[in-house]
Amino acid sequence: MRMPKMLFALIFALLAASFATQAGAQGLTVQIVNGVPSAIPISVVPFGQQGSGPASPVDIAQIVSMDLNRCGKFRTLPTSEVVESPTTGSQIKFATWQQLKQDYIVVGRTSYDGGALKADFELWDVNKQQQLLGLSITGQGSDLRRVAHQIADQIYQKIIGVRGAFDTRVAYVTMVGLGDNAQYALVVADSDGYNPQTVVRSHEALLSPAWSPNGQELAYVSFESGNSAIYIQNIATGSRRVVSARAGINGAPRFAPDGRRLAVSLSFQGNPEIYAMDLATGALTRLTHNLAIDTEPRWTPDGASVVFTSDRSGKPQLYQIPASGGTPQRITFQGQYNANASISYDGKKIAMVQGNGNVYRIAVMDRSLGGQETFVSPGNLDDAPSWAPNASMLLYAANEGPRGVLYAVSADGRVRQRLVLGDGDVREPAWGPYRNP
Amino acid sequence: MNATVRVSVVALFCLAAAACAKKQEVKPQVAPEAPTTTTAPTTEGAFTPADLQSNACLRTRVIYFDFDKSDIQSQFDNIVACHAKYLRDRPMARMTIEGNTDERGTREYNLGLGERRGNALASALEAAGASADQIKVVSYGEERAVCREHNESCWHQNRRDNIVYTTE
Repeated sequence: MRMPKMLFALIFALLAASFATQAGAQGLTVQIVNGVPSAIPISVVPFGQQGSGPASPVDIAQIVSMDLNRCGKFRTLPTSEVVESPTTGSQIKFATWQQLKQDYIVVGRTSYDGGALKADFELWDVNKQQQLLGLSITGQGSDLRRVAHQIADQIYQKIIGVRGAFDTRVAYVTMVGLGDNAQYALVVADSDGYNPQTVVRSHEALLSPAWSPNGQELAYVSFESGNSAIYIQNIATGSRRVVSARAGINGAPRFAPDGRRLAVSLSFQGNPEIYAMDLATGALTRLTHNLAIDTEPRWTPDGASVVFTSDRSGKPQLYQIPASGGTPQRITFQGQYNANASISYDGKKIAMVQGNGNVYRIAVMDRSLGGQETFVSPGNLDDAPSWAPNASMLLYAANEGPRGVLYAVSADGRVRQRLVLGDGDVREPAWGPYRNP
Repeated sequence: MNATVRVSVVALFCLAAAACAKKQEVKPQVAPEAPTTTTAPTTEGAFTPADLQSNACLRTRVIYFDFDKSDIQSQFDNIVACHAKYLRDRPMARMTIEGNTDERGTREYNLGLGERRGNALASALEAAGASADQIKVVSYGEERAVCREHNESCWHQNRRDNIVYTTE
């Protein structure tokens, strides 16, 4: 009896240690699962060094390349095929890049003085031999990777015509250990999984992180008090407050687009109902009145209505109700089980967990195309879709063997990238809003 | 659209009817027992905290559920009966029922489903004479799985209510 216990403790310690080093050193690892041959070919040439200072501690061109690749809209030239290394527009021999069938080329230079990193870069159209961008981006201290993400955002916006979402953050929950030894953490990281920072730790379950519209706070559910309770925590200062710890379920918080209200699912009146909480006063407006489970409220981008999950028709389906209350309308009709919606910034696309039999996949319903649905994940136990703020990509949680992993998938489902955190179990991803540079 | 609404209305009606039918069924089953227990503690003996360790029925603190279901299966009727009797015999006793689900489906929906399972057991205990203020229900949804493989035998172990006596 004693030996196995000690053994278990040892294994847990090793797991915890490996979790800590993984989280600290490299964050989430990256793996492209499948590619898109039709993606736009672009070369990001390794950046040159400007001035006599030390070399940049981060490889800007490589980070830009990774960003562009994983969104599914671009295909970058592998470094091994980059035969010339221009660092300014005037050094580009366009014939070379035309022969390599590249549509665009990015060149640049960095200078680093030990604290600040400055990157000058240019984006050129290879066929027109025309400069599309010429910008200088500066980053400080621990945020050097942001310089690369901001460059990728500029390139994305120039070519695709939509604001890029690489310079954003994601939140997720990790779990290591089992039973009484379980250790949960709510983590915030860059959108590519780097720079993970633990926001809160708990020995009890943490779930449903939700970003405030300004990106400064997270609402989440914690069981640390023995029952579910909803907290709002400032990411930078760590200060937090309980916003609901009523009897029964306190779940599924979501900030309204104006940041002043929080939609929640509470069961203190008997069974889970959707409420809108005024964050200044704490006053609750009850939106649903049904004996079913009503949960997972999601604001539409205009803040005028709320999409939620309800099993009032037997199995969970998505419904929409005015944010002031009213009669809910069912909006999903395909699949036995539809839940956990994520609504794109323009309100057109709703990603959800769709279950058929024992297979749960992420489905995207396009309301601008008459509710046409496509699956963007293979299953079998996928959960928690979360749109990037520009709806170019989705994060979702999946199971691989005994552990949970996160995937980033392009909106069309054609490029998937696995984000794995050591031996820990990762779940509940939430993509944060745009950041101001 | 109309057909769907009609189907849901019918489904709701069936659900409601089933719930009512079940309640009516449960009560008469319990009613004849109630007088015997109020008059019979001397013959059968009232439970004491020691029985929680020694009585085979009281030592059983878990009941299991079918997938996506929250009704108490008849095989657990004796478990409900003995814990209800314990609560009747010991009015100072307090119990927390922890409702749990398997991993299928979303975490927040499963919180609701776990609560439904906890409430189902609480209702059954109350119908058998326990007092509502003796029972607290907490749902952990899928967060407290006892088995982490992705198969039915594992899922079955996770779809459960745990009975925890907070005051014996």
